[in-house]
Amino acid sequence: MTGTTDTGTGSKGAGATGSGAASKDGGTGADAAGTSGPGGGLPAGGRATADAGPANGPAAGRQGRRAPIPYPVVFAVLGALVVVTATFGIAVGSIRVPAGQVWGILLHRVHPALADPDWTRVRETIVMDVRLPRVLLAAVVGAGLAVCGTALQALVRNPLADPMLLGVSSGASVGAVAVVVLNVSLFGVFSLPVAAFLGALAALVAVYFLARSGGRMTTVRLVLAGVATAEVLSAVASFLVVTSNDPHKTQSALRWMLGGLAGTTWASVWIPVGAVLLGTAVLLGVCRSLNLLLAGEEAAVALGLDVHRFRGALFTLVALMIGTIVAVSGQIGFVGLIMPHVVRLLVGADHRRALPAAALLGAAFLIAADLAARTLMSPEEIPVGILTALVGGPFFLWLMRRRTA
Amino acid sequence: MTGTGAVGSPGSLTVADVSVVVDGRTLVEGVSLTAAPGEVVGLAGPNGAGKSTLLRTVYRALRPTSGRVLLDGEDVRRMPGKRLARRLAAVLQEAPGDFELSVYDVVAMGRTPHKRAFEGDSADDRAVVMGALAELGAGGLAGAPFGRLSGGEKQRVLIARALAQRAGTMVLDEPTNHLDLRHQLDALRLVRRLGVTAVVALHDLNLAAAFCDRICVMAGGRLVALGTPREVLTPALLAEVYRVEADVAEHPRTGVPHVTLLTGSERPHGPWGSPA
Repeated sequence: MTGTTDTGTGSKGAGATGSGAASKDGGTGADAAGTSGPGGGLPAGGRATADAGPANGPAAGRQGRRAPIPYPVVFAVLGALVVVTATFGIAVGSIRVPAGQVWGILLHRVHPALADPDWTRVRETIVMDVRLPRVLLAAVVGAGLAVCGTALQALVRNPLADPMLLGVSSGASVGAVAVVVLNVSLFGVFSLPVAAFLGALAALVAVYFLARSGGRMTTVRLVLAGVATAEVLSAVASFLVVTSNDPHKTQSALRWMLGGLAGTTWASVWIPVGAVLLGTAVLLGVCRSLNLLLAGEEAAVALGLDVHRFRGALFTLVALMIGTIVAVSGQIGFVGLIMPHVVRLLVGADHRRALPAAALLGAAFLIAADLAARTLMSPEEIPVGILTALVGGPFFLWLMRRRTA
Repeated sequence: MTGTGAVGSPGSLTVADVSVVVDGRTLVEGVSLTAAPGEVVGLAGPNGAGKSTLLRTVYRALRPTSGRVLLDGEDVRRMPGKRLARRLAAVLQEAPGDFELSVYDVVAMGRTPHKRAFEGDSADDRAVVMGALAELGAGGLAGAPFGRLSGGEKQRVLIARALAQRAGTMVLDEPTNHLDLRHQLDALRLVRRLGVTAVVALHDLNLAAAFCDRICVMAGGRLVALGTPREVLTPALLAEVYRVEADVAEHPRTGVPHVTLLTGSERPHGPWGSPA
């Protein structure tokens, strides 16, 4: 039966199985690695009980494909990446602050005893009031977009989903531009985020129902519905900008639509920080349900998930997160598309591993992109959305070609 | 076998006068059927007979237009999803799509109904998952990407997922699809050995006769026959439902009714008889 194939490749497969499941045992993070014992033990036991083991042979070659990096290592590396990019993000600019001094200033703020102040007040102001909020916002926006992208891809069960591709960002833009141009102040300080949220939610719901037909949703319909909705909404936003009589407002709305983090202050950081942290926490709590969606709608129902209610709640949550993100950063495309893919290649599709990794990778990526945006053509600043599109567009095309191949 | 241990206690599954109308088309009409605890009921019938539709009302993917589905006397639509999923598992024809899920990830989904938010996988969960895979002879596939498996391997993994739910009642929609002969037998033997209540849609009538206590035959959305394989599998019924000519004889070694399809090119009776 398997005697023919279960030879040299069999032992190779055994090794790959062990490491594959070791990353599995990484579970939800640091806790699982310690408590669950050695990861290689289980599959070995499983194979021992599978007396005949008819499947071992043919599978052996394919298991080699699985990334052998244990999850805690990936997680630690991504965490370190965030710290490194953040340090550079704060250090580099028109006035350079040495990395050591950056940390000195930060630690001194945490507790004065942690570092001796050997820097000028100007530098401290630059670090604390100009660069730190901007880097923090970049991290939060990047993490939020990556997390939302991951969740959206599971929700519509399509790996090409992305907040911008699905018109969600455009919807948020219409809401936000309307507030800026039409001078709406119904909700005070929260007018912009609230309007962006409502626009995002409306767009998401519209695309979802346009793409669905007979209970099914195809990639083609989803992308077409998303692109069409995004186009229409962008046109609406542009119309609002162009017909505005106030050149100052036109200017600020236009700059905002291109996507950028220029002029970030502490005041604009807190709402997105709160929304992204809270939203990510909720998503981490429903990881298992997100996993079920990957198995398909019917399978998810059979496994006990109320798919319609869950999907509705999560659409609202994602719209809320995207709304607050777009309200402060404008449209920054492709982060929500690329990061989930890279993360799934690294740690697999299980959301308990993918979501935290996506948050870290998204944060590091956008901090780096924002750093490039403000230093590449200094003193001119490139809107960061242009940079992410330059990187993301080709990646998207590569992905599309790879999938149809 | 170690690892999987006992499943939940087998339930009593009742389909009570269920009809399903979708877009004005009646897919299932007034079907009633009870599977007693531990009983394996086969569901047979030509394509489009409504077998899958009926099963979908059981695992709640579809709401019956009228009628009810009861598990131990309780309407499945009134039960919280997770509670139902702990007692009723389904093997569907649909398979996960484009995401990089490993086989382990797919089977681990079966543990979800037993888990709360933020609750991690315990050593017991992992043992159940690996045990379920081992039961299906797929222990060596755990680390492989699900998307790259063959059709038969996928099917076995999906059965393992249902097994990992440890439910006492199972519905299986063509579980032997894509499986080779040996794995067809293994899968159905497993269902029998678990002692679960099961409703199994099967195309192969000989498998159904060998493994099912009773067979329910559907055609055009209606139940046309229900009884032991011996009662149901008759040439007359096969001619009526499937429009095929068949011989049914008790197999000398298994004692089970055996269906032989006649293709129209049979020799006339007698060893070397020439065509008339």
